[in-house]
Amino acid sequence: MANPNRPLSPHLQIYKPQLTSMMSILHRITGIALAAGTLLLVWWLVAAATGESAFADVQAFIGSWIGRLLLLGWSFAMFYHLCNGIRHLFWDAGKGLELEAAYASGRFVIGAAVVLTIAAWVWGYASMGAL
Amino acid sequence: MANMRSPLARVRGLGSAKEGVAHWWAQRMTAVALVPLVIWFVASVCAMAGADYASVREWIGTPLVSILLVLLTVAVFHHAQLGLQVVLEDYVHTEWLKIASIALVKFAAIALGVAVVFSIVKIALA
Repeated sequence: MANPNRPLSPHLQIYKPQLTSMMSILHRITGIALAAGTLLLVWWLVAAATGESAFADVQAFIGSWIGRLLLLGWSFAMFYHLCNGIRHLFWDAGKGLELEAAYASGRFVIGAAVVLTIAAWVWGYASMGAL
Repeated sequence: MANMRSPLARVRGLGSAKEGVAHWWAQRMTAVALVPLVIWFVASVCAMAGADYASVREWIGTPLVSILLVLLTVAVFHHAQLGLQVVLEDYVHTEWLKIASIALVKFAAIALGVAVVFSIVKIALA
C-alpha cells in the first residue's frame, strides 16, 4: 500500500516558473510545431515538382497574411529549437550544467533566436526587393 | 549507488526499454547533422525569397542542392519522428492509443519523406 504522505513530483500548477523549466517545455513545443511545419516544406517541394500552377498556390499561401504569420512563428521556432538544441548537445557532453551556466546559456539562446529570426526576415524582404 | 539490475539485464545493457541508447543516440546524431543542413537551407530560402518558379526549380535541380535537400529531408523526418515518439510516450497513457499514434507518426514521416525525396529527384532529373 502506498504511503499517502510520500513525496510527490512537483505539481506544475503551483511550481514557480523558472527560465530553465520554461525553456525546456518550449523546446518540446517548438519541436512539435516544427514537425507540423514540415508539411509546408513538403507542399512547397511537391508543388515545385508538380507544376507552375501548383507552385503558384503555395507561393500565394506563403504570401498571404496567415502564411506569413505561420512562417514567422515557424522561423522563430526553428531558430529557438536550433540554438537550444545546441545547448542540449553541450549538456549531453557534460558541459555547462552548473546553475549559473545553464541560466546564462538560456538567456543567450533566447537572444540569439530573436536576433536570428529578425535577421532572416530582413534578409528575406531584402531579397524580394521590398526594403 | 546500489545496482538494482539483475546480472542478465546488466550484461545485455539494454535498460527497461530493451533498446539501449539507440533511440537517444539517433536523436543526437540527427541533431548534429541538422545544425549545418538547417542553417544552409534557411540561408538559401532567405536569399531566394520572391524567386519565380523556374529559378526555384533550377536551384532544387543543382546537383549539390539536390543532394543536400535529400540529406536534410532524411535527417528532418528521422529527427521529427524520434522526437514525436518521446512526446507521445510521455503524454499518451492508453496503451493502444499510444502504439497507434506512434505508428501513425512513423508512417507519416516515411510517407512525407518519400514524397519530398521523389519530388527532388523528379526536378533534378527533369
